[in-house]
Amino acid sequence: MRTLSYREAVIEALAGEMRRDPSVVLMGEDIGAAGGVFRQTAGLFDEFGAARVIDTPISEAGAFGIAVGASMCGLRPVFEVMFGDFITLVMDPLVNQAAKLSYMSAGGFSAPLVLRTTMGVGSNLGPQHSQSLHAWACHVPGLKVALPASPADAKGLFASAIRDPNPVVIFEDRMLYTLRGPVPEGEHLVPLGSAALRRAGRDATVVATGRMVAHALDAADRLAGEGLEIEVIDPRSLVPLDLEALVASVRRTHRVLVVDGGARRYGAAAEIAAELAESAFDWLDAPVRRLAAEDVPIPISRTLEPLVQPDAARIAAAVHALVAG
Amino acid sequence: MSALPDPLRLHRCMLLIRAFEEQVRRLAAAGLVPGLVHLCTGQEAVAAGAIVQLGPEDRIASHHRGHGHCLARGADPRRLMAEILGRAPGLSGGRGGSMHVYDAASGNLGTNGIVGGAVPLATGAALAAQRQGSGGIAVAFFGDGALNQGLVSECMNMAAVWRLPVLFLCEHNGYGEFTASADVTAGPSLLARGAVFGMPAEEVDGMDALAVQQAVAGAAARARGGEGPSFLLCHTWRFSGHHAGDRQDYKDDEETRRWRARDPIPRLAAHLRATGLADDPALAAMEAKAERIAADAAAFARAAPEPEPAALHQHLFA
Ligand SMILES: Cc1ncc(C[n+]2csc(CCOP(=O)(O)OP(=O)(O)O)c2C)c(N)n1
Ligand SMILES: [Mg+2]
Repeated sequence: MRTLSYREAVIEALAGEMRRDPSVVLMGEDIGAAGGVFRQTAGLFDEFGAARVIDTPISEAGAFGIAVGASMCGLRPVFEVMFGDFITLVMDPLVNQAAKLSYMSAGGFSAPLVLRTTMGVGSNLGPQHSQSLHAWACHVPGLKVALPASPADAKGLFASAIRDPNPVVIFEDRMLYTLRGPVPEGEHLVPLGSAALRRAGRDATVVATGRMVAHALDAADRLAGEGLEIEVIDPRSLVPLDLEALVASVRRTHRVLVVDGGARRYGAAAEIAAELAESAFDWLDAPVRRLAAEDVPIPISRTLEPLVQPDAARIAAAVHALVAG
Repeated sequence: MSALPDPLRLHRCMLLIRAFEEQVRRLAAAGLVPGLVHLCTGQEAVAAGAIVQLGPEDRIASHHRGHGHCLARGADPRRLMAEILGRAPGLSGGRGGSMHVYDAASGNLGTNGIVGGAVPLATGAALAAQRQGSGGIAVAFFGDGALNQGLVSECMNMAAVWRLPVLFLCEHNGYGEFTASADVTAGPSLLARGAVFGMPAEEVDGMDALAVQQAVAGAAARARGGEGPSFLLCHTWRFSGHHAGDRQDYKDDEETRRWRARDPIPRLAAHLRATGLADDPALAAMEAKAERIAADAAAFARAAPEPEPAALHQHLFA
């Protein structure tokens, strides 16, 4: 299969959906002729023009609210918030309008839109340009949330999200944009709510989200050298969550570590760990463990920033503790 | 729709809103309305005058004081009242209530519990209409309080930049809850809030249904002609205060007397008489009919069942 970068895979999904469905429009800052500050919409303006690749002013709340209204009237906007930290500005239209719309209107309206945003550490962007706030979105009933971890999943999850009749929030780790991998040509859909087994193993399960998947696979390579075989599972979407696949893995390995790049306190790892503790208790030989980001803002310092999120070494250490326990 | 000349339609619409709100007030006083409810009594001319100008392809988005907009737009009074009482046959299945009434069938993007929250929805509807070439326009209703939400100015800017077919219609009733608008709003001219974006901005007597109708007709024609948004600042007044049961101690008697004298309903009735469109018996018959419809809606809602517990999890996702 031909390989693409994660960034190219997202663009391919957007272009494919825009060709298939004329109601799909893109909205965001600098996404038009400029092609996006991360080149994440490059080429789309040339193909689809200003009517469908819409540069908004720097008015996140109003512009996203407009996207919600447009989605109630037949458009399918893919709205981009440049940095995940800025979703604070779209929280009202996201939480109070889009998420509750189907429920509040008893199905009379829905908000078929995608909110895409970036996150993650590794580029020294500092406290207001690095935070991973996906757990916030997961906490709001009525939103679906996906964290693509590979180029193929980026393409497939974007296509599914655009076709979904509900608001879907997609968090893209900026450090993954240059990651290359095989991506199916033509239509490729990854359903929301289906986990992927990234590596099979017998000694422990590592459930990892987003960029943590790559770190977990690195850790698995290291641990294999020591004779420890770990299974790596990527839930791909956090809402809906494919709990069944996670439990099935725990039934095979009897030990589980949950790794997430968001802050640990009340975070995504905490929720997944709680679900597993409730649903897989009978098969567990050790308490469920979690590894997540430190509960601090992301510092800009080249020394401090790498200390915030889990990495392969920390995951390997946590697995050691888990299998020893 | 109706073959009646517009002034009679306007009057019929205002009478229905007035009678409906009176029924809501009684139901609220009887403790049958869950939560707070905001009546639009006194503001009927704005809802009726604006919405009578709209067609089926158009959209509206309303606010917490929105029963009048829903009725004017054609919502079923029975299902609207049932929603206000949180009952199963309500327009939102009884889970929304007064501030969360949605009616896709009449192109109504909802009342809204977030002050200013509906303005981007109407602006988005206008974006969709423009991109789809539907020929439709959208009307965003909002209060003077909402005019101080940054979001509203953001939407006006984008609507002007993209020449969207949307009307920003501010119902200036002088208060946001219990605070006088003048105490929290700066600037010599509120019209400038629209004019600064280069859109036509007009002051309208919101107690005169014909004046509202005329102003909206002009703005709607501009929007339909591709000339973009307009800002209409309609001066009006809440006869019943912020919510049903508000004692309104913060208003003085002179103010109340002055605005009561401008009640939009007798005012249009006088016009109908003077122009020979309706005589006293005809006006009385219209009023009686409106009261019958409102009483029927109230009786329907009182008798309507509560939602089943199983409804709790329905429609979370489409
Ligand atoms: C974002 C937000 N802030 C505050 C409130 C509480 N609140 C409800 S109505 C209201 C006053 C709104 O004033 P205005 O927009 O003038 O409308 P009016 O009630 O006068 O019709 C306030 C403050 C709210 N519902 N939403
Ligand atoms: Mg007001």
